Amino acid sequence: MPTKIDYDAKIPNNIDLSGDRRLQRALEGWQPKFLDWWGEMGPTLRTQGVYLRTAVSVGRDGWAHFDHVNVPDYRWGIFLAEPDPDRVIGFGEHKGEPAWQQVPGEYRADLQRLIVIQGDTEPASVEQQKLLGLTAPSLYDLRNLFQVNVEEGRHLWAMVYLLHAYFGREGRDEAEGLLLRNSGSPDAPRILGAFNEETADWLAFYMFTYFTDRDGKYQLGTLKESGFDPLSRTCEFMLKEEAHHMFVGTTGVDRVVTRSAELIREHDTFDIAGYGGIPLDVIQRYLNFHYTVSLDLFGGETSTNAANYYTAGLKGRWQEPRRKDDHKLTDAAGSLSRPKADGTWETEEHAAILLLNLDLREEYRADCQTGVNRWNKILDEAGVDFRFVLPHPGFNREVGINSGHHVTPDGTVVDERTWLAGKRKWLPTPEDLTFVRSLMHPVYERGKIASWVAPPRQGINGKPFDYEYVYLS
Amino acid sequence: MTRTTSVTFERHPSGYRHWKLTTDGDVAWLELDVDPDGGLVPGYELKLNSYDLGVDIELYDATQRLRFEHPEVRVVIVTSAKDNVFCAGANIRMLASSSHEWKVNFCKFTNETRNAMEDAAAHSGQVYVAAVNGTCAGGGYEIALACEKILLVDDNSSTVALPEVPLLGVLPGTGGLTRVVDKRGVRRDLADVFATRPDGVKGRTAVDWRLVDELVPRQGFREAVLARAKEFARTSERLDGEGVELKPLKHRYVDIARTATEATITVKGPEDDDGWLLDVTRELDDAILRLRTNEPELGTWVLRTEGDPAKVLDHERAVFDAKDCLSNEIVHYFKRTLKRLDVTSRSLIALVEPGSCYAGLLLELALAADRQYILDGPPIDDEDSEERAAITLSEANFGRFPMGNGLTRLESRFFGDPDHVTRLAEVRGKALSPAEVNELGLVTDAPDDLDWEDEIRIALEGRASLSPDALTGMEANHRFVGPETLESKIFGRLAAWQNWIFTRPNASGPEGALRRYGTGQKAVFDRKRV
Repeated sequence: MPTKIDYDAKIPNNIDLSGDRRLQRALEGWQPKFLDWWGEMGPTLRTQGVYLRTAVSVGRDGWAHFDHVNVPDYRWGIFLAEPDPDRVIGFGEHKGEPAWQQVPGEYRADLQRLIVIQGDTEPASVEQQKLLGLTAPSLYDLRNLFQVNVEEGRHLWAMVYLLHAYFGREGRDEAEGLLLRNSGSPDAPRILGAFNEETADWLAFYMFTYFTDRDGKYQLGTLKESGFDPLSRTCEFMLKEEAHHMFVGTTGVDRVVTRSAELIREHDTFDIAGYGGIPLDVIQRYLNFHYTVSLDLFGGETSTNAANYYTAGLKGRWQEPRRKDDHKLTDAAGSLSRPKADGTWETEEHAAILLLNLDLREEYRADCQTGVNRWNKILDEAGVDFRFVLPHPGFNREVGINSGHHVTPDGTVVDERTWLAGKRKWLPTPEDLTFVRSLMHPVYERGKIASWVAPPRQGINGKPFDYEYVYLS
Repeated sequence: MTRTTSVTFERHPSGYRHWKLTTDGDVAWLELDVDPDGGLVPGYELKLNSYDLGVDIELYDATQRLRFEHPEVRVVIVTSAKDNVFCAGANIRMLASSSHEWKVNFCKFTNETRNAMEDAAAHSGQVYVAAVNGTCAGGGYEIALACEKILLVDDNSSTVALPEVPLLGVLPGTGGLTRVVDKRGVRRDLADVFATRPDGVKGRTAVDWRLVDELVPRQGFREAVLARAKEFARTSERLDGEGVELKPLKHRYVDIARTATEATITVKGPEDDDGWLLDVTRELDDAILRLRTNEPELGTWVLRTEGDPAKVLDHERAVFDAKDCLSNEIVHYFKRTLKRLDVTSRSLIALVEPGSCYAGLLLELALAADRQYILDGPPIDDEDSEERAAITLSEANFGRFPMGNGLTRLESRFFGDPDHVTRLAEVRGKALSPAEVNELGLVTDAPDDLDWEDEIRIALEGRASLSPDALTGMEANHRFVGPETLESKIFGRLAAWQNWIFTRPNASGPEGALRRYGTGQKAVFDRKRV
C-alpha cells in the first residue's frame, strides 16, 4: 500500500489526513496551540531562515528535503514508516497474532500512558535548549540546534497524532497537556526528572544529544516493536530523525575533545582553561553527569510495569526480532547486582521479564561506551595521555536499586562522607559551570568558530563549513 | 506467610515509622512517609507510600490522639511527605502473600479507621482534609475519600484512581466504591468508568466528576492548602475543653482468658476512678483488635462484666452531663468500640451473672452479642448468697450509641416492634430481675443455678462445631437489620463481595490477578459469571 505524501496540506502527512475530516479538525485545532507554545517556549534567538532538513517522505531514498526555512514556518508533519500488511506481534502472550491496527480496549490506558510519557520528553528538550541559540559557537552549530529543535517538535507531533487518532477526547486532552507542562516549571514540570534539568551551555547540549537523546533512541526502539502498529510505524520513522541528534552529540563532543587536544599539544599543558579550551577533566565531569542522569530515564532495574507491557505486547526489547529466545520470557531468569550497606555488591536472581529495564539499559551502556572509545581514540591519535571513562551504573543515581547508595565512578560503595568529599572530582562543580559558561560567546560570522571547539570535518548536505547555514538579519 | 510474633496496636507518635504528626494551633498535619523497609511482616517492600496493617495502626493511633490530646485541632490535613506520590494504597505484594483472614481483617481495620476519620468530622468538629500532592491510587484515594475535602495538586499529571478492578481483580474494599457514589455523589456511570480504568482521572475532570473538590497549584501547594484549612477551621464546631494524654495501657479493666476455641473477655466496672470509661474503652478496643488479628481460630467470644451497676450508672451520668470536648470524645470512642464489636466476625455470647454490671452503657455489650444468658439464681460457687444477676437500662441504651445501620441496639433487637422499645424506656433506672429481663425479651434464656453450667457449655460447644464461614454470614445478617447506611454498606455489601472475591481463583488462584500482579504475567480468568 503506497503512502502518498500530502505536502501541500496545512499539515504535511502520509496518513491521508484529508480523508479523515474528524482527525484533521482535531489536529488543526491543536496546531495553533502548538505554535503558541513554540513561540513562548521555543528558541529565543530570532532568525531569518535556517538551512533545515524537512521530512517529505518515508522511503529509503530522498526522504528529506534541505532548504532555508523560517523556523516558525517549518512544516511539522506526520509521517509513519511504510506499513507491512503481514506484520505479526513479535513477543509476549499475543506473539504471532496480527499486529493491532486499533488500540485494544484492554490496553488502552497503558498505551496512552506510554505515548504520553514519550511525548512529554519531546517538547521538553526544546524548552531545555531555549536559550542556546544566543551563544552558538558557529552558524553550523546554530543550524544543528534548530534542526534538533524542529525535529523534537515533529516528534511531539508524531505522539500527538497517535493521541488524537486513537485515544478520543481523552487523547486530545493529553495532547494539550503536553503543551501545558513545561521543563523545570515549579507548577507543572515534565514527567521525567532529566527533562527538568537545565541545558545551560553547549558542552551540556552536546552531552545531552549524545546521552539523553540516546535514551530516546532506545525507548523508541522498544516502542518500534509494539504490537500496536501505528505506534510501531511512528517510532520507526522517528528513529531515522533521531539519528541526526546522535550525530550532533557524537561529533559535538568529538570536536570539543579535538580542540582541547590541540590546545594541550600547542601549550604543552592540561591546564588549557586560560587558552580558551575546556580541560579534559571538566569534560569527564560533564560526561559523568549527563550519562548518569540519562541512566535514570530507564527506570528501576526491576519493573513490573515494563514486564506487563512486554507480556501485553505493548513494548518489546531492543532489536526484539534478533533475540534468540522464546520472546515470552515466562521461565527465563537474569541477575542483578545490588550495592550492600557494607560496601560490597551482591548478585540477585530475578525473573528475566522483571529485568527488562536493565536489559535495555545494558544495550544503552554498551552504545555509550562506543562514543567514549571514539573520544579516547582522538586523544590517542593526538598523543595526549588521558582517557575518558564511562562511570559505573551505580554512580550518582536517583532511580532504582542504586538510589540511596553512594557509589563512586569506579563502582566502589562508600559512605556519605567519602562520597561528598569526592563529588567535586566526579561531577561538574559550580566553578566548572561558570567557567564553561564564560566561554559561551556567540560566533555568528560565516566560517568562524569559537575558541573551545574544532570545526566539523564536513558541512551539512555537502555544503562547506563556511556556508551561510543561518540568515540572521 | 508465617507470623512469629503477634501484632500489637499500641503506638506513640514518637515511635511512628510511617507518619509525621505535627500540630500548629487549630491545624494538624498528618504526613504519610512510609518507610519501605518497615513492613509489619517480612516479605514485601512498602514502595510508593503503599501501606500495610502496620502503617494503618499508626494512622489509627494518630486519629485517636488528635481527638483526645488536641482539643485545639479543628482541621487535620492528610498529605504525603514524598514527592509526586500521595499514596499508592494497600501494598499488593502484602495482599498477594497474605492469608485470606489476614486480608479480610486488614480491610476491616482500615475501614474502621476511615470511618473514625469521618466520625471525627461528624461528631467532634475535627475536619479531615486530603491534600493530594501526587499520584493517589486505590487505598490512597480511599484515605482521601474518608476526608471531608479533597484538594488535588493541579500539575497536569497527578491523578486519583481506583485501579483494583482492572489491575488486581478485586474491589476498592476500604469503602472506595461506596463512598464514590454514596458520599461524594459521583454519577454511577462515571463511577463505573472511573473504577474500571487503571490510570485514573486528573485535574478538571476529577473536579467535574466530583472525585475531588478543588485543584490547588503545585507551587505554593502547602500554603494554599493551609489557607483553605484555616477557612474550614473557622466553621468547625469543636467543643472547648482540656485534652488528655493517652498513656500506655495498664490492662486493669479488661481480662482475656482463653480455651482452645473461645476467649472470655471480662470487663470490670469502675471503683472511684474518674478516668474509668476512657481506660476501659481503650482496653476493650485493644483486646478486640488483638484477638481479631492474632487469634483467628478463637471463634467464640464470651462477654462478661464484673462490678457495681450503680457505679457504672454514676460514671455514665457524670460523663454525659459534662458536655465538654473530652467527655464528648469518650462517648464517641465507646460508640466506635461497640461498632467494632458489631462488625467482628466472632460469635458473641454475653453471660449475665450475679456480680456482673450490665447497666447502661455496659449493657450495650450484651445487646451487641448474638445471644445473652442470665443466671436466675445465686452465684454458682456460693449457693447461700443473696446476690442475684440484674440488668439496668439507662439513657445510654436509647440513642447515645447507635450502630452502623443508624439504629440503637434495642431498636435493632426489636425491629418491627417500636412500641416495645417505648415500653422499655419506661423502666429505665430500675434493676431488672432475671425473670423480668426474660419477660422483656432482653435475654435469650435465663437458666437457673442447677442448669447454668450445662446450658452454657452446650451452647458454646454447639457453637464451636458449626462452620465458621456460615456463622460469620449468619451473624452479620442478623446483627444488621433494617435500613442501610454508608457504613453498613461498607461492612455488609462491600466487605461481603470482597471476601468472596478474595477466595475466588480469579483473584487469589495461582493464575489470579492478585497473585500475578507484579510478575509481568497476565491473570487468567474463569469467564463464567456466577
